[in-house]
Amino acid sequence: MFLINCPFCGERDQSEFSSGGEAHIVRPKQPTELSDDEWAEYLFMRKNIKGIQFERWNHVHGCRKWFNVVRDTSNDKILSVYKMGEKPPVNYK
Amino acid sequence: MKNKYSVFSLIKNALSQHENWQQAWGNPEPKKEYDVIIVGGGGHGLATAYYLAKKHNLKNIAVLEKGWIGGGNTGRNTTIIRSNYLWDASAGLYDHALKLWENLSQELNYNVMFSQRGVMNLAHNLQDVRDLKRRTHANRLNRIDAVWLNTEEVKKFCPIINTSPDIRYPVLGGTLQRRAGTARHDAVAWGYARGASEMGVDIIQNCEVKGIKRNGDRVEGLETTKGFIKTNKIGVVAAGHSSVIANMAGLKLPLESKPLQALVSEPVKPIIDTVVMSNAVHAYVSQSDKGELVIGAGTDSYVSYTQRGSHNIVEETLKAILELYPIFSRMKMLRQWGGIVDICPDASPIISKTNIKGLYFNCGWGTGGFKATPGSGDLFAHTIANDEPHKLNAAFNLNRFVSGDLVDEHGAAAVAH
Repeated sequence: MFLINCPFCGERDQSEFSSGGEAHIVRPKQPTELSDDEWAEYLFMRKNIKGIQFERWNHVHGCRKWFNVVRDTSNDKILSVYKMGEKPPVNYK
Repeated sequence: MKNKYSVFSLIKNALSQHENWQQAWGNPEPKKEYDVIIVGGGGHGLATAYYLAKKHNLKNIAVLEKGWIGGGNTGRNTTIIRSNYLWDASAGLYDHALKLWENLSQELNYNVMFSQRGVMNLAHNLQDVRDLKRRTHANRLNRIDAVWLNTEEVKKFCPIINTSPDIRYPVLGGTLQRRAGTARHDAVAWGYARGASEMGVDIIQNCEVKGIKRNGDRVEGLETTKGFIKTNKIGVVAAGHSSVIANMAGLKLPLESKPLQALVSEPVKPIIDTVVMSNAVHAYVSQSDKGELVIGAGTDSYVSYTQRGSHNIVEETLKAILELYPIFSRMKMLRQWGGIVDICPDASPIISKTNIKGLYFNCGWGTGGFKATPGSGDLFAHTIANDEPHKLNAAFNLNRFVSGDLVDEHGAAAVAH
């Protein structure tokens, strides 16, 4: 349990948000061209990182907007929050 | 067995104030090389090592555990054992495990306190009723015992349940598997550790894996906190940390690791002599032999490795418990804890070879791996020893996420496994 600093509403309890999982998984541009392996990679395979992870969150019980978060999954500390479409911060890799 | 446990050994040791019991398993330093290394000293890992030594005649085996054995999810779950899954593949897998449970104390000469007190799953809406009835039929076609109970029969089987039609999610019936029940989780790890150690398996605690050495498409050994150990076969049974180990080999798995919580109350006299689970309101409860209520809560919605879990999840579970069991309203909770569970998209496990030769994974058990411990170990040992899956775990391969042949057990597993 932690606080998330929604870029639109400010700091709120995590229970107001829903997690959208790993961020920056690009939707296939040409779905019909994809092989089974590529589909599996897109749909199912996840980095599931222990450490610094880039992820999507939705402020579902608030402004209902999506945004990105950089969080350390080993201690739940949030390192950065940025809007959809913005470039991920480069100092966390 | 050099130190067989029996009533006679108990009396004999009582006469010497219990000061002469032998150590149950050894504490060796790692050798330079093993035929098979199991990564993860939980119930599944220890069971794998046990069956590798027992049934496949392999002797040079090590189990590496980064903490102490049984200190992960094996010691953190709510000890529910059942096999009433929907699909044939799952029914085969989980009932194989249940059959092994039925004789496990004798097999290991270690009392795992397996208690077939029955598991009842409640239905709270019409769709639950349809789904659970369908599952009952599917179970019976697979020769797994299952009965449908109407509301009165639910009340009769477990009188403290509030079956009033006025509650928010009224009880419309339930299914019962009488062969299901609970076991003592620590004893399972200890029993397998003792049995494996007896057959020469090296159980190496406080030894964390730091890297996997590969030579092209095959494994050559493991970098650990106790140095490099050579091996041609690695079986990874690391539960919540499976992806971390997979990343070391350059593999990605279809897993997300999330905290799952449980809690126990203060001990009270016997009040509930079965296990009752309710997926719809997310409440499940049983009573331990010490008298504590054992309550399982849900997972957090986000990836985390913190072994804590959020307070609001516990609050929601307890709300549901109080609605269903008003008698518990003044109980005090003693302890709460979390474990990291590795969840697969289809809520079914992976017991599989990988495209790296000599690297095997047993993971994805999510919120319900404990019940499968003996079966999982047995089938994973078969897979490692023969480099081929057993027919009971063939469907649980890693390739199903490519072929699309998923084993969708969300209905039978959902949040409560």
